[in-house]
Formats: sequence, C-alpha cells, structure tokens
Amino acid sequence: MKWQTLASQLFPQGHDIVEHDYFLRGSARVGEQTVAVIGTTGHTPIGVEIALAQANAILDTMRNFPGRPLIILVDTQGQRLRYRDEMLGINRYMAHLGKCIDVARRRGHKVIGLVYDQALSGGFITSGLMADACYALPEAEIRVMGLAAMARITKVPLERLTELALANPVFAPGAENYLNMGGVEAIWQGDLESCLARALQQADSLDHRSARGLERGGRKMSLPVTRFVLGESDVLPT
Amino acid sequence: MISYLEANARQRIHTLLDASSFEEFLPPSLLVVSPHLAQLDTPASFDDGIVIGRGSLHGHKVLAAAQEGGFMGGAVGEVHGAKLVGLLKRAVTEGVAGVILLLETGGVRLHEANAGLIAVSEVMRAVLDTRAANIPVIVLVGGANGCFGGMGIVACCANEILMSEEGRLAMSGPEVIETTHGVEEFDSRDRALVWRTTGGKHRYLLGDCSAVLPDDIAAFRQAALDALMRYQKAPAELTLEDLEAEHSLLSHRLQDFGNFSEPMDIWSRLGVTKPETLPMLEAQAFMQEVAGKRAGEQQ
Repeated sequence: MKWQTLASQLFPQGHDIVEHDYFLRGSARVGEQTVAVIGTTGHTPIGVEIALAQANAILDTMRNFPGRPLIILVDTQGQRLRYRDEMLGINRYMAHLGKCIDVARRRGHKVIGLVYDQALSGGFITSGLMADACYALPEAEIRVMGLAAMARITKVPLERLTELALANPVFAPGAENYLNMGGVEAIWQGDLESCLARALQQADSLDHRSARGLERGGRKMSLPVTRFVLGESDVLPT
Repeated sequence: MISYLEANARQRIHTLLDASSFEEFLPPSLLVVSPHLAQLDTPASFDDGIVIGRGSLHGHKVLAAAQEGGFMGGAVGEVHGAKLVGLLKRAVTEGVAGVILLLETGGVRLHEANAGLIAVSEVMRAVLDTRAANIPVIVLVGGANGCFGGMGIVACCANEILMSEEGRLAMSGPEVIETTHGVEEFDSRDRALVWRTTGGKHRYLLGDCSAVLPDDIAAFRQAALDALMRYQKAPAELTLEDLEAEHSLLSHRLQDFGNFSEPMDIWSRLGVTKPETLPMLEAQAFMQEVAGKRAGEQQ
C-alpha cells in the first residue's frame, strides 16, 4: 500500500506527514489526541542516515512533546548492505534508533508499530519490533530473508524448506507467521483508524511477545525457558 | 596467559569469573534443545549454543552468559534467545552487581529465522530493562566469529563493550556484503581490510567500545571488573541525556567521516600520525598511541 493511501485511512481527521528521501515524518490526529508519526517507505534499506533521521525525530518528540504517542510506519528491505555503513558502524546507528524508542516508552510515550508493506531483519528489529506492540496489514511481508537465500546458507534444500514453510511459521515469510509467534500483536483489517485507536488504548510497556507466541502455538519454548531460568517454574521446557 | 579467542564458551566463563564460583542455569544435562532443528536434520546442542548462570567477579555477584561460536556460529534461536532474556530478567530479581555477556555470534539463526529475529528483539528490550533497574550490562567481544547481525545491535544497547583487537563488531558480515554488491564493494578475503573495518581498534577509535584488550582472558577479567566498578558510582540506566550525547557523536561521525571509504583515513583525521602502523601494535601499545585521539575525545 502507498503510504499516502495508508495515512489517509489511518488518519481521516488529517495529518501533515511528508516524505523526504524515503523517510516519513509528521503528526496526525487520532480521536482526541495528536500523535507523532515516523517511518520509511519505498522498501528503502535502512542505512546510517535514515536510522539517524528517525532517531532525531523521536528525540525531538521527547523534547518538545513529552508523552505524545509515537506511530512507526514500517516499510523496509532491511539494513543497507554497504561497506560504508559497516565502516561507520551501522549497528550502533540502528541500536541508537532502538534505544530512542525504548527511552520514549519509559518516559511515557505510547509506541505503536505498523508494518504496512515490507519488514526485514535489521530494519525491523530497531523500529516496529521496539514498539509497545507491533501490528501488520494482511498483505505485509515480514521476513529475515527469502527462502532461496536461506536454503543457500543453511544448506537445506529449497524444496524441503518450502515444504516445511507451509506448516511451520518459523521459516516462512508473512504477517500471519509473525502473529503466531507473537512478534505481531494483531493483523489490522477494515477500519484502520479504529484499529489504531484501540491499539493506543491497549498499549502498555511490558513485552508480551513470548506469552503470545506460547498462546498461539508459534513459539512454544520461549516463555517456558525464560520462566525456568527466572526460577518462576520448575517444569522443564520441552 | 589463556587465549580468549581459542577458548570455548565454558572455558571463557569459568576463567573469567572467580574460580569455582560459576553455577550454570539450564545446563546441558537438562537436555533443553531447539524445537526447530530436528526437522531440518540439523544436529541440536544440549545448551542451544549458550552458557548462562551466576558467579562472582572479585567477590561481586554477577550473572553471565557466553555464546558458543562452535555451535552454529553462536547464532540466536528461540531457546538460545529465551535463555538470555531469562538471565537478564533474573539479574533484576536477584539485584546482582552486573551482567556480563560474552558475545560471539553471527546474529539470528537462519534455521529458525523468524523466532530468532523476535528473540533478538526481546533480548534488546531485556538489556534495556536490566539497565533501567540500574544494573550494568557489560559486553565482551573477542571470539573468532565476532559479534554480528542483531547481536551487534544488542551489544550497543549495553553500558560498555570491551573488545580484543581480534574481536569484530558490525552488522552484516563481509561475505554478505560481497555476495550482494560484489567483491569491489567489500572483499571478504582481504583480512587486513576486514579487521581494520570491523575490528576492535577501529571500533575503539570511533568510540563504540571502551577498551582494546590483549587476547587474554585475564585481561578481559580485569577490564570487566573495572567496568563493573565504574557503575558502582555512576547510574547504569540509559537516559535521554545519554541519547542526546550519542546522537551528537553519531551525527559528527557521519559529518566528519561520511565521505571516507578507508578506515585509515578516519584514523588519520582523528590525529593518528602513522595510521598504517596501528594494525601491527599490541593492545597496550595501541591504547598508548591513540590516547586522547578517539572520536569525541580529541584535544
């Protein structure tokens, strides 16, 4: 979905989001409140500049609009795979973005992520996945990498991976699989404005993803292992 | 001297902490393995490639984890990630003096890609939760596989990163970049280039790690203790002010070095007179040579 179409459906009361070099920034009305919007578009790779630009927008929001909710719109092909980014320390730039989101949460900003098109690995882990809760549109494609590349690296035949992907959410791309594993809280359909309003109402600062993964059957080991290590459970995870 | 590089995860953690103090949580004898590897006919490991537990460092109670580079390159799967999250949460409930993470990893384990990605993100949040409880998280990087991918991001969420010059810290591995954009973009077989781009010395000069250490577990032990002691007085929590300072460092880095394509040119700009000699220097000589010249520290 084009970001303009998305923005008009999410914010029918109006918004002033602008795009600059694939970076989205602005504010919008949701119900009775104003929210800050940041994001990316055009499947852009996340390089050092766009990571820093997003961090800057969040810092700005914390300084000038304490408590204003943050909406993160995700569309990226992942981290930029260039020598220059590695030389400059792209992992630190991305961590900086993730930390800005985390500190915003601790300072009382609700943070909602929405994958409206593509979300891949490094570009996703420090944006939508750092939100209080991350949502997705049904057509969103979320993945670490394509099955062909995965077959090359894991040396598992592509036919086998493709077959496994049908039954097991752990390999296959797709919003539905991330929903089953708890990485996506819900898939939005219908009236996007009311979906967002509800998400803002429900947002809290706890990480519920491993609990969701267990409830939904996509990640059955994660929460039991964590609880066992914590000493909250003496049932050995299997 | 015991080489950090050559030791495995258990040797590292046992030697790093006070003798006989380490007690492992969820040890291999409990046989908790990855639920995903069997269907790919990939052998599992009884600790899923990570050792976690508690111990002491010069008498200070700490929790520690060590990733085993020998099992799938230390990559993070569902169980591996959940062990890290559990450890970080336990640090808060036990109120320990700190958490020491011995990271050696390629990042997300592709055999369980989606679960691994979510797990790494949970680890990021758990590291920051631990810091918010005023418990410092110290990362050590000195293994042969370096610290890459999502865990390269996790490392930068910690209070401090300590590296040997053999250690590497980055996002995408040189092979991945070479595969995507060709050997002209990044020649992954040019070891000297790989090390001066991702190695401890470059990371130190840019301000991403707080020390370059000799490849000796005793040196890591001392540096980890020193780091821990710094947070006996200073708060471990990440604040808005810390983020503003980091933002300024990263903005200047982009401004000052964004047009460079060779790390040695960056070192030269930082005031190192003979940058070509840095890769040859031992850790201690290196630290003396570049004193006061790191990004953000120049006179």
